[in-house]
Amino acid sequence: MISLAGRDILHSWSKFVLTGLGLGLLIGVTFTMAGVYRGMVDDAKVLLNNSGADLWVVQKDTLGPYAESSSIHDDVYRSILGMPGVAQAANVTYLAMQVRRGSTDVRAMVVGFEPGQPGEPGYLVAGRRVTRSHYEAVADVKSGFALGDRISIRRHDYRVVGLTRRMVSSGGDPMVFIPLKDAQEAQFLKDNDAIVNERIRTAANPALNRPGVPGLLDAINASQTSNHNVNAVLVRVAEGRSAEMVGRDIHRWKHLQVFDREQMEEILVAKLIATSAKQIGMFLVILTIVSAAIVAFIIYTMTLGKIREIAVLKLIGTHNRTIAGMILQQALGLGLIGFAVGKITATVWGPAFPRYVLLEPGDALRGFVIVMVVCTLASTLAIRAALKVDPATAIGG
Amino acid sequence: MDQGVGIRIEGLSKRYGAGETAVDALKEVNMSVAPGEVVGLIGPSGSGKTTLLKCLGAVIEPTRGRMTLGGDVIYDNAWKISDLRVLRRDRIGFIFQAPYLIPFLDVTDNVALLPMLAGRPNGEARARALELLQALDVAHRAKAETSELSGGEQQRVSIARALANRPPVILADEPTAPLDSDRALAVMRILNQMASQYQTAIIVVTHDEKIIPTFRRLYNIRDGRTFEEAGVGRALV
Ligand SMILES: Nc1ncnc2c1ncn2[C@@H]1O[C@H](COP(=O)(O)OP(=O)(O)O)[C@@H](O)[C@H]1O
Ligand SMILES: [Mg+2]
Repeated sequence: MISLAGRDILHSWSKFVLTGLGLGLLIGVTFTMAGVYRGMVDDAKVLLNNSGADLWVVQKDTLGPYAESSSIHDDVYRSILGMPGVAQAANVTYLAMQVRRGSTDVRAMVVGFEPGQPGEPGYLVAGRRVTRSHYEAVADVKSGFALGDRISIRRHDYRVVGLTRRMVSSGGDPMVFIPLKDAQEAQFLKDNDAIVNERIRTAANPALNRPGVPGLLDAINASQTSNHNVNAVLVRVAEGRSAEMVGRDIHRWKHLQVFDREQMEEILVAKLIATSAKQIGMFLVILTIVSAAIVAFIIYTMTLGKIREIAVLKLIGTHNRTIAGMILQQALGLGLIGFAVGKITATVWGPAFPRYVLLEPGDALRGFVIVMVVCTLASTLAIRAALKVDPATAIGG
Repeated sequence: MDQGVGIRIEGLSKRYGAGETAVDALKEVNMSVAPGEVVGLIGPSGSGKTTLLKCLGAVIEPTRGRMTLGGDVIYDNAWKISDLRVLRRDRIGFIFQAPYLIPFLDVTDNVALLPMLAGRPNGEARARALELLQALDVAHRAKAETSELSGGEQQRVSIARALANRPPVILADEPTAPLDSDRALAVMRILNQMASQYQTAIIVVTHDEKIIPTFRRLYNIRDGRTFEEAGVGRALV
């Protein structure tokens, strides 16, 4: 016996391939959406891994520093350092902002860190680490900065001395690492006009500007302009110590919120990108339905175009199951072409996306199964139409 | 067993619908066609020709009567064959008004499909198809697409298909309707040749005046009743 489906496909291969191509692009989009979600999860993991921290200490009752804003005093790290089991503790700041590259804006997450401490990017793809305590920066390659470029952040310029990779915020913005003091200033410092205004107001307040107390006004002014806040303290626990136990101690004694890596991952994946994930999930559902509709429509019209042939086939003694098999095989063939085209296009255009697109083999396998199931379901409409064809219609009225 | 009979119909009736709107399309029809014989079935529109063909072709069920095919009773007030699909496949050849070839199969496989459906190996089925295409003078088109054939060639391929499983009977439904006089007569010549070569009983439904004189025997059907007539039996050369 010959394959009726195969012969029909060969006979009208151009129509078949074009339809498969269209379907494939749609499947490619679907794979890419799934890849974007996987990329977001992976970005979060890479972010946590590269920070080199075991514990994140943040403001009490917050989910900071990534999911909620958190502000703690910058001397807290010292007392944490003194706690048993803590190997390293360092301040970090995070601030999403537009940084300037020449005349253009780049959306970036500016990270303030202390060199050699947790929070410093784990590896560089080019250049060197930040060695001076001011006006040097390490930027993620996605920001578009090159070694030696100038980055303008607020009132200061920074020179890019190193480049890192895969360091992006949960929103996908590339990170720019600058020394902590500079970052604190960028984040918390008021502008000159505001400082002058504040000083005039303080001087006009008789409670703060007392003639009999020399130095009080200066002290107040100094405390207003200096700033001692950071967003989080990253802690690395000593070898052989349980991060969970150390975290519990910090929480108990310092009245601060402490998250270990697992909890942080949970916050990033389950809370921070949950809305994006739902959005992508919605797209996946819609794209699946659209793909199903396309396959159903094409197979259905192809079958309707063969109604007379099907009547003849039935009249001369072709089994219903042979005819159903023919239609099913065509639907699956279409799915196969679509899957192959989709997989290839997603792989080709994935790197061009602004966010990291992670195409997992497991997703491809799941996608393949879903495509085949969808094609099978989509073919039922056409199969039903074909089975309803009365062989008597082949004989004229 | 009646070995001398290709097909025999006795007292066959067919009623469409029921009650007040019932139509008696066939009323106690009798007919018999010997192996190797080509008979005409003529009659005005609405007289019951198609209905009779569909009953014989086992695609609609008669209401009453008896039908014998190649010596076997296939209908006796009820079907006597459990699988009508297999009956149609193995023992009845169909020729339609238009060739109705399967466009996605080449000429050989259009013919070979029938033996293949009957479970013959591809090689054997194709060999048989080629033999028939040779007999019908279209073997040179064996590898062609059906759309590349002329109308006459297509009709010959469809005749080869009807013969492919060596059925004892072939039912032809206005096979010459779209053809001009020469081509119509050519088809009749081929049918007569094939009938005697393969000892097939052939029933040709027609109201084509051009070919009516070619039948030696005719059944005239009027208002659901058949009347046997002697034909002119003009020789076809
Ligand atoms: N499916 C059907 N249902 C009801 N009546 C039918 C049906 N098919 C045919 N008839 C009726 O049966 C009669 C014979 O029809 P038909 O066999 O088609 O005649 P012919 O082929 O000679 O023109 C006509 O009166 C027609 O209206
Ligand atoms: Mg008719």
